[in-house]
Amino acid sequence: MSVLAAAPALPLHTAGKYVAGAYIVFVAIVLIYVAIMATRLSRTERELARLRREVDERRRAKEGDRDLESVA
Amino acid sequence: MTYGRGLRGLSLATAATISLALGLVFFYAPLDADQGFVQKIFYIHVPLAIVSLCGFILGGLLAIGYLRTGERQWDIRSYVAIHMSLIFGIAGLITGSIWAKASWGHWWVWNEPTLVSFLIVLLLYATYQPLRFAIEDPERQSRYASVFAVTAGAFVPLNFIAVRLAQQYVHPRILTLSGGNLPGSMRLTFLVSLLGIALLFVTLWKYELAAKNTRAQIRALRRSLLGEESVRPLGRSAAPS
Repeated sequence: MSVLAAAPALPLHTAGKYVAGAYIVFVAIVLIYVAIMATRLSRTERELARLRREVDERRRAKEGDRDLESVA
Repeated sequence: MTYGRGLRGLSLATAATISLALGLVFFYAPLDADQGFVQKIFYIHVPLAIVSLCGFILGGLLAIGYLRTGERQWDIRSYVAIHMSLIFGIAGLITGSIWAKASWGHWWVWNEPTLVSFLIVLLLYATYQPLRFAIEDPERQSRYASVFAVTAGAFVPLNFIAVRLAQQYVHPRILTLSGGNLPGSMRLTFLVSLLGIALLFVTLWKYELAAKNTRAQIRALRRSLLGEESVRPLGRSAAPS
């Protein structure tokens, strides 16, 4: 109890850096989290694009086979 | 199952509430008579700690859903809630440490039950990810992790009550059942800040669930379109899939 009672209020120029520090920590953590989510989102987009490419390739290959069969 | 529904509105509400809270903190709430400007940290530190502890309890409640139904969705929800709570808890711990340095002159006070008990809760949950990672079988992993989440989730309020019953502390008692001793303007500012942080938690929780759900759906789509052999094995992971 005595620790808190003995501590006087800090002057504004000293307190300001602590307050700014606390709020910057909060903003930084949220931004880091958003950056990680953005990286994951771009990975998901790449995965989706690759899936689409592979499905298109398979479809084209199937259509090619069908054309060959109709010619024969 | 879609988690993206309502996410845009929720994100806007979160941004608006946090902006309002910041406005109230710096332009409306009066300076504290004892601590002066440094007390402004209270409006970010306490909501982060409260939301983090509530998130741990939520993780336990969601884990009960998994143990009752056996559906993986409940385990994923519980995992993300605990994961988010850890992030919020670490933010709360760092902001609290900064506040302690500014008002008590020390970054950490070991004989303060509130600080130490919060650290114990965080360290307890720090074992959650390694526990999951240690179990390879996904079903066993989910089951064991759910039992952990329920047990640890029950520990959180017990720990809180034990600290409240402790006699010696230097932490200010501001929130009490009898209404506390915050003046009206400070109380309003605090409540808006708490709402903002709670909304941020829910928004990020939903974002992460939506991302996980999308990845799972892409894998399922790949499996059904191109066959089982086209899906790369996930490998060992702490995260449920």
